[in-house]
Amino acid sequence: MSIRILKIINYLLLILIVISVLVPFFWMLSTALKSENEALMSPPQLLPATPHFENFVLALTVAPFLRYFLNTLIVSVSVVLLSTIVTVLASFAFARLEFRGKNALFFIVLASMMIPQEMLIITNFMTVAKLGWMNSYQALILPYCVNAFNIFLLRQTILQIPEDLYTAARIDGLGNFRYLRKVVLPIAKPTILTTMLLSLIWIWNTYAWPNLITTNDDLRMISNGLKYAFTQTSGFVRYELQMAAATLVTVPLIIIFVCLRKYIFAGMSKAGLKG
Amino acid sequence: MQVRFDAVTKQFQTKKGCITAVDHLSLTIGSGKLIGFLGPSGCGKTTSLFMISGIHPLTEGRILFDETDVTALSPEKRGVGMVFQNYALYPHLSVRENIEFPLVNSREMKKRLMEELSDGGKRSVSRKRFKDSVAERVHEVARLVEISEYLDRKPSELSGGQQQRVAIARAIVKRPSILLLDEPLSNLDARLRVQTREEIRSIQRRTGITTVFVTHDQEEALNLCDEIAIMKNGVLQQYGAPQDVYDNPANLFVAEFLGGTKINLFEARAEAGIVFIGDLKIRGDIPVADGRVTLGIRPENLLSCAPEDGGGLTARVERLIRLGGVTTVEAVLPGGESLRLMKENGSTLKPGDTIGLKILPGAVCLFAEGGEKIWQG
Repeated sequence: MSIRILKIINYLLLILIVISVLVPFFWMLSTALKSENEALMSPPQLLPATPHFENFVLALTVAPFLRYFLNTLIVSVSVVLLSTIVTVLASFAFARLEFRGKNALFFIVLASMMIPQEMLIITNFMTVAKLGWMNSYQALILPYCVNAFNIFLLRQTILQIPEDLYTAARIDGLGNFRYLRKVVLPIAKPTILTTMLLSLIWIWNTYAWPNLITTNDDLRMISNGLKYAFTQTSGFVRYELQMAAATLVTVPLIIIFVCLRKYIFAGMSKAGLKG
Repeated sequence: MQVRFDAVTKQFQTKKGCITAVDHLSLTIGSGKLIGFLGPSGCGKTTSLFMISGIHPLTEGRILFDETDVTALSPEKRGVGMVFQNYALYPHLSVRENIEFPLVNSREMKKRLMEELSDGGKRSVSRKRFKDSVAERVHEVARLVEISEYLDRKPSELSGGQQQRVAIARAIVKRPSILLLDEPLSNLDARLRVQTREEIRSIQRRTGITTVFVTHDQEEALNLCDEIAIMKNGVLQQYGAPQDVYDNPANLFVAEFLGGTKINLFEARAEAGIVFIGDLKIRGDIPVADGRVTLGIRPENLLSCAPEDGGGLTARVERLIRLGGVTTVEAVLPGGESLRLMKENGSTLKPGDTIGLKILPGAVCLFAEGGEKIWQG
């Protein structure tokens, strides 16, 4: 009996969590399809009387939405590529190579995870300003290229690859880079895809930093663009357009996640690798 | 190819200080021989193997392959093949890809293969011809280790014994100068172990590759190897043919380490050329200085007989342990020292009986207090 009750409680909790995750999504979608009046009605309506699909077209035309989207795309792709290169090389070095100060360095990388990003924002801003990088892509890209959590995650995965494989590869005449390419990358692929996706989500959703260092509308990323583009000078917000735009921004991430989920779950659940 | 260790020392730096894993090892492994490094864990046997392969650099000394000093050469240049205890197969590659891995991924191997195919640079080699010759060699070794039908499987779809054979195939596809086996049988169950042991022996015979085998299992070493090297704490204790090492141990450690049933050891003393256990005279006329010694006799060299035939040497039977084909008899001497001897099954002995003891000639070993053997006869 008690097991059944536990199960019921379990499922109730799960349902609650699912609802709390889905309600904002639902609200975004439903608002995106409302008319201007419906969006502002009080009490709010659950569903629009007739779906206004033209909101999506409007959202794309009212603001330089495509420009924002392109910026986010440029920054995201660069960040994912660069940070993956850094993550793979750093985690391999931390996992397999012997060098002076390795532990101290790894400790510093880990420690950087404990510092909230918000605390660093002012220092980083001053650095970037001194470099004259305000309103530039590199200011948007470089700060995201080192991801301590990803390095940690991938290092753990590489550590699980038996050391004998490394020894065997060395006897077979492989250098570190070749071993990395031929053995580590294919085995750690699920984890690497996971870190790439985490980087992507991180950069896609990032708000405060790009907001701070871009004042030029041409360089705005979509997260900031969404905030400003639909706010008129009077302070009046076109919520239905903002939500339509938000939907357009969220969908690509959801599609990527659905496509990669097989790998991501494999990466998360693969506790041990047997030779 | 002959392998020679010339006063090789290997030290590891750890947080607790410097550990000497191998201490002034000098040893010559004959070409085409199968030799075993045997010893308890941490005796330096695997380290020695890794030094042959070039994975561990030497702290001191030299290693020579035939007359070539390879001490400073990288693993790749030495061209050895190695098989690991847990197989170390690449899990993401098929059996075929695992076996061809060294051929297609090592620059050195590729160069050698190309040279072979081009007749020393006389003919150009097409990509296809290279690929064909790799495939041919993979098939050849796969046949040799009898895994031809599994070439397209992943390692995880094979049994432990099959995986180990793939590992052997990967090691010999390079036509290595030397084949190194690091406890290759420890992960197999008992029956498969014996079978794989025979297979390794026959593969080694057929290919004639000098093979070095590391194990902590003496039965494996005694059965498989042409010669065994027994190590303890990084120091070579004895090197020779298995039966010879077994019959003529150089010291107490070797005597105790070898043998399915442990050697009988007694606190004994030498007085005027006679050695006693308690008051029992064991052997006379021996050129040994007076003093305390340890006396060792292997159980199979002790024969039981009628009490009056033992020449004054008697013992009381305590326990009979039947193990397969033979019975181990546990008995005590009048002075209370316990001993073991072997007897065929079906003997009428029972606990409490008194038996006489005969010692076979050449079976008594005397060891000094430091452990080294001072006399045998």
